[in-house]
Order: sequence, then structure tokens, then C-alpha cells
Amino acid sequence: MKRFMLSALGAATAVAVTASAAVAASSTMETVKKRGQLICGVNTGLAGFSAPDDKGVWKGFDVDYCRAMSAAVLGNPDKVTYKPLTGKTRFPALQSGEIDILSRNTTWTFKRDVNLGFEFVGVTYYDGQGFIARKDLGVKSAKELNNASVCIQTGTTTELNLADFFRTNKMKFKSVVVEDATEARQAYAANRCDVYTTDRSGLAAQRSVLKDPDAHVILPEIVSKEPLGPVVRHGDNVWGDIARWVRNALVVAEELGVTQANVDQMKSTENPEIKRLLGTEGDFGSMLGLSKDWAYNVIKSVGNYGEIYERHIGPKTAIGLDRGVNNLWTNGGIIYAAPFR
Amino acid sequence: MIEAMNTHNRPFVRTEHLPQSPPPVSTSGIIGWARENLFSSPLNAVLTIASFYFLYLVIPPFVQWAFIDAAWWGSSNKDCAGYDGACWAVVTARFGQFVYGFYPEAERWRPNLVLILFAINLLPILWDRVPGRTIAALFLVTGFPLVALFFIHGGLGLEVVPTPKWGGFMLNLIMAAVAIIYSLPLGILLALGRRSEFPIISRFCVLFIEFWRGVPLITVLVMASFILPFFMPDGFNFNELLRALVGLTLFSSAYMAEVVRGGLQALPKGQTEAARAIGLTYWQSIRLIIMPQALKITIPAIVNTFIGLFKDTSLVIVIGLFDLLQVAKSSVTDTNWLGLEHETYIFVALVFFVACFAMSLYSLYLERKLDTDHRD
Repeated sequence: MKRFMLSALGAATAVAVTASAAVAASSTMETVKKRGQLICGVNTGLAGFSAPDDKGVWKGFDVDYCRAMSAAVLGNPDKVTYKPLTGKTRFPALQSGEIDILSRNTTWTFKRDVNLGFEFVGVTYYDGQGFIARKDLGVKSAKELNNASVCIQTGTTTELNLADFFRTNKMKFKSVVVEDATEARQAYAANRCDVYTTDRSGLAAQRSVLKDPDAHVILPEIVSKEPLGPVVRHGDNVWGDIARWVRNALVVAEELGVTQANVDQMKSTENPEIKRLLGTEGDFGSMLGLSKDWAYNVIKSVGNYGEIYERHIGPKTAIGLDRGVNNLWTNGGIIYAAPFR
Repeated sequence: MIEAMNTHNRPFVRTEHLPQSPPPVSTSGIIGWARENLFSSPLNAVLTIASFYFLYLVIPPFVQWAFIDAAWWGSSNKDCAGYDGACWAVVTARFGQFVYGFYPEAERWRPNLVLILFAINLLPILWDRVPGRTIAALFLVTGFPLVALFFIHGGLGLEVVPTPKWGGFMLNLIMAAVAIIYSLPLGILLALGRRSEFPIISRFCVLFIEFWRGVPLITVLVMASFILPFFMPDGFNFNELLRALVGLTLFSSAYMAEVVRGGLQALPKGQTEAARAIGLTYWQSIRLIIMPQALKITIPAIVNTFIGLFKDTSLVIVIGLFDLLQVAKSSVTDTNWLGLEHETYIFVALVFFVACFAMSLYSLYLERKLDTDHRD
């Protein structure tokens, strides 16, 4: 009897969950499907992460996530309308429904997750704030930066981290506030500040275009955790699930060795998790309200996580970032995804 | 006899004029001009020498950088590696994007056609030797925007190009043109309304003008772009470019109203009274007596507002519209073109300068043409 009660309760909960899911489904996913276009908020320009190429096609690490979402939901990676956003306009744009998803190197923080009414669906890139300084300044560590002038972008978490770091180490600094990364580099190159601080991915990109990259050193300290990832509106759990599992599918595909090139052969593999991932077994797609082969479409269109990384920001690109902590957990990094089960 | 006597007494009489000799070298030609204008006092001489020295310091290196050592073609900043000067390749490779934004290449004849039609429509308005000014002006505010919308946006058989794909200098021109075309008549109405004898009308106009003048344009754009959708019913979504255009137009019409009001107030009251005395209605007197004079004296201020407005169109960068300046900014975040800000910004500055200077020249031409004053 007790068991019956429990299972009845479970069934009731399941019905309730399905019902509420159905209600939620009538929002973002329905809108996107009806529109036939995914509106994705991206950076107006951040080297390696999002920038238009000579033909006006958006390219980059964050952009590929938009393409993956579009492939999963609409079956085609090119049905994306990119909405370029600045640091200040990205959150109102998401809150007001101007965009369906924000894929714009946004740091997952408590306040943004809880207070602004957003849902971070996972981490696509683990970044951390660092400093770059001229070698002839003779500084070996960020702890020697007392009374330094620091170039910094407004409206970002880096601004707050900087203040925290200097306060903890009982140091003073003079901030030189600029609007974007380009301006920051110009100011730094023109000697308006001693050091320039931003996420280390940004520092690497900016350093590669300084006149003499070897005359500058990225200091060893990482003063913050910057887990960057896609963001959706709070409360639309179906849409959040899709966004989360697109990210997970990309990572799991790399774990399982499924690539853009071999995804067709992989369809006939015996590995059960690959089968579940690619939709040849189980019915994971319809649980998300998507087609059976949604993850196949994703990998066929943009490749797995590692491929996206290598294509846009890896060591072979102008940005030249090593995988580091962004390697898979099996390779010494911390990129990890829940299993397809 | 007497004459003969005289001639005899005087040893020499010149019968023709001496040929005029040129003025002294020091007061004519280049030297004279220089003495007059550049070295007229010790202070001026010092300033002149200092200025020339400054130009000498600036111009040759700039020419060297921008032209002699520059790389003009290429597909990435690596193609500029061998050159010491500017890397204009970023501008030449992306020229289409600078001009049209993300507008599809195959469809770019459409905005070009609209530009030509616009010029044809504008000709009778700007140049009084072409007839049909009134009709052209009416068409410009009514029919032409529809024609332009049809061609640039598409529909009815033409491929639709949604507004997020509009960009580059084309977007600046569209925004400036729409805002200028609508803000002038709107501003005139507001200026007249503000001077109206009906309290409701004048209060409303004062409120409207002061509100829009009191708010920074960036705030207007951000409000229109991100805050307005909060108040909209679900699924009801204005086009964002349209929202920006409305904001820009209302904003500039408030400024225009004050400019025009300045012109109205400069006219003596006798003009209105005389118009009334010969039996003209209010609108007749406005159209025939007041406005022609008021607008004439405000030409410099109106064009000034237009130029400011034109440059303000680049502020749409804050709401993520891809105008010329944003194209320049994003171009240098492409990993192929990292670090070429100087080239792209100089190009943008040049484009804006040419456009604004052209407007300013036209205003000078208009002022000279309409100069009927007898003040000097």
C-alpha cells in the first residue's frame, strides 16, 4: 500500500512536471520554432569568440554554440540571427526577450544567476582574470603592483575582481577605465597604464597583436574564476534543458571520440552511449521536444567541443590558447558533462 | 604763337604716360601675400614658423605611413607583414561590409538604386533650377519612404532582407535621411505649436520639446531598444531599427523645433501683423511670409543640427546595430585582422568628414543664394 502510494505520488508529480513543461514549452522553444530563426546574443567583437568575417558571416567559439543550438532545434546551423551586444546591453536584451539565448563570454556568478533572473546552463570555457605588463617594468608577480595604474573595461566582473584583489593584498591602484578590449589595448600600448587586466583569453588575443609581443609578460596570478557559458531566462526549463544538453552533447561527443568527420560512421557503432547520443537508440530527442537526431545535427554542423576549441582559440589559431583547464577531465582539465543515460 | 613760345621755353614735355611699373616685389605675389598674412607681426612670424615646423613633423611621416609604405590588398594581417606602413587591406577586403553591413552581396543593387532615386527626388528640392519642388518634397515624406522600404527590405517578389542585415554606411545614411526628412517638418510644427495661443497645444509642445531635449540620445536608444519591449504585450514586437528611427527622429525634432523657434523670434512682429492686415489666413501667412524668412536665417543652425544628427547615427552602436563605426570596430576583432584599429578608424573618420563637409558646403551655397540682406 505504501509502495502504491509512493508510485501514485511519483506519477502525479511526473504528470505535474510534464504539464508545467508543456506550459513552459509554449514560450521560447515554440517561439523559435515558429519563427524558424534562433536569435542569439553574441559579442559585438571578441577575437576568437565572436566576430564577423570578411563576408559578414559570424565566426567564433561563442558563435559556434549558437550554431549548435540552431542545429539542435531547427535542424540547420545557419538559421541564426545574431544580435551583437555590448557588456551593458546583454542582460536587458535577454530579460526583455529580444534574444532567445545569450552566448557572449558571460561569467556565471551568484548574482546574475539568482538576482537577475537568469539560468546559466553550463560552462563552455573556464577563464580567469590575469594581468599583462611590460617586461621592462620588472614585475614578476601581480603582488608587486602597488600603486600601479591599471587599464580596465567598465561594466564587467573584472572591475570588481580587481578591486577585491588589491584590497585583499592591501595595495592601491589607479584605474584607467575604457569601454572595450581594443581601447584597453590602445591605452596600454600608449603607456596610459602600467598593466592591463582582463580574462586571460582576452589577454592572449590582445598580446598577439601588440607591436612586440615578447616585450610583454602575462603575470602568473589568476585573480578570479571566470566560468563563461550560455545564459537563458529563468523559468523556461524546457529551453534551459535544451541549452544545457546541447553543451553537454558537445563535450560528451569529444569524450566518446565522435567528430564532425566520423559522425556518420559512428551512427552504426555498437557503443550504447554513442547510440543514445546520436539518436539511434532510445528517445532522448523527444524528451527534449526535439527530433531524434538533434545531437547528430549538432555534431555534423559544428563538430565536438574540442574541434570548436581548436578551430577558434586553440594553439594553431592567432589567439593561441592551450587547452589547459579547458581540457576534458580525462585529459587533466575540468571540462565535464553529465552522461547521456 | 603762344604754344610755340611755350614749347620753345620748356626744354622737355612728356606727351604720353609712363608705363605702369609693377608694385614692389615685397608687396605682391607670394611674397607679398606671405608678408601680409603670415609674417605681419613678430608674433605671427613665430606662430607661422612653429606651425610649419609642426606640419613638417606630422605630414611627411603620415604620408609615408598612409601611402608610401602602405599595403593595399590582402586577406589577413599577415599579408601586411612586409610593409611598415598602414594596412589598408582590412578596408579593401571588407569594403562591402563597411558600406552595406551584412546586406547580401547579390542584392546590393537595391540600396544603390534607392540612393539614385533619392538623389533624383532630392534634386528639385535642393536646386531651384529643376521644377517641381513642392511635389518632390511631398513625395519625399510620403511616397519615397515606401519605395525605399520596398527595395531595401524586399517583399512582393523581391527577396526579403531583414533589418538586422542592414548595416555599414548604408545604415547611417538611412537613419540620417529618415531622421532629417521627418524631423524638419515635425520641428516646424512643434515650433509653431510652442508659440501657439492655445494653451493646450503650447503646453504639449513645450513638454514634448523639453522632454526630448533633456534626455541623452544614448538613453533614448537604450530605452527604445531594451526597455520598451517590457511594456509591449507578448508577441507584439516592433522592429528594432524602426524603434531606433522613431527615437532618433523625435529626439532631433525637439532640437529642430528650438532652432526654428529661434528663427521665428528673430522676425519683427510687424511681419505677422502686415500679413494679417492684407487678409492672409494663419497658414497662408506662415507659408508665404513667416517661414521663408525664418528658415532663411536659421539655415546655418538647421544644417548644424543635421550634421550633428548625422554623426549621432553612429551611437546606435550601443544597441548593437551594425553601422559604419561598429563594422570598423568588429573588423579588427576578426582573428585575421587583429590590431588594425588605426586604419579602420581613419577610414571611418574620412567617410564621416566627407559627408559632413558636403552638407556644410551645401549650406554655404544656400546662404549665398538666399542672401537678400542689405546689412552691409
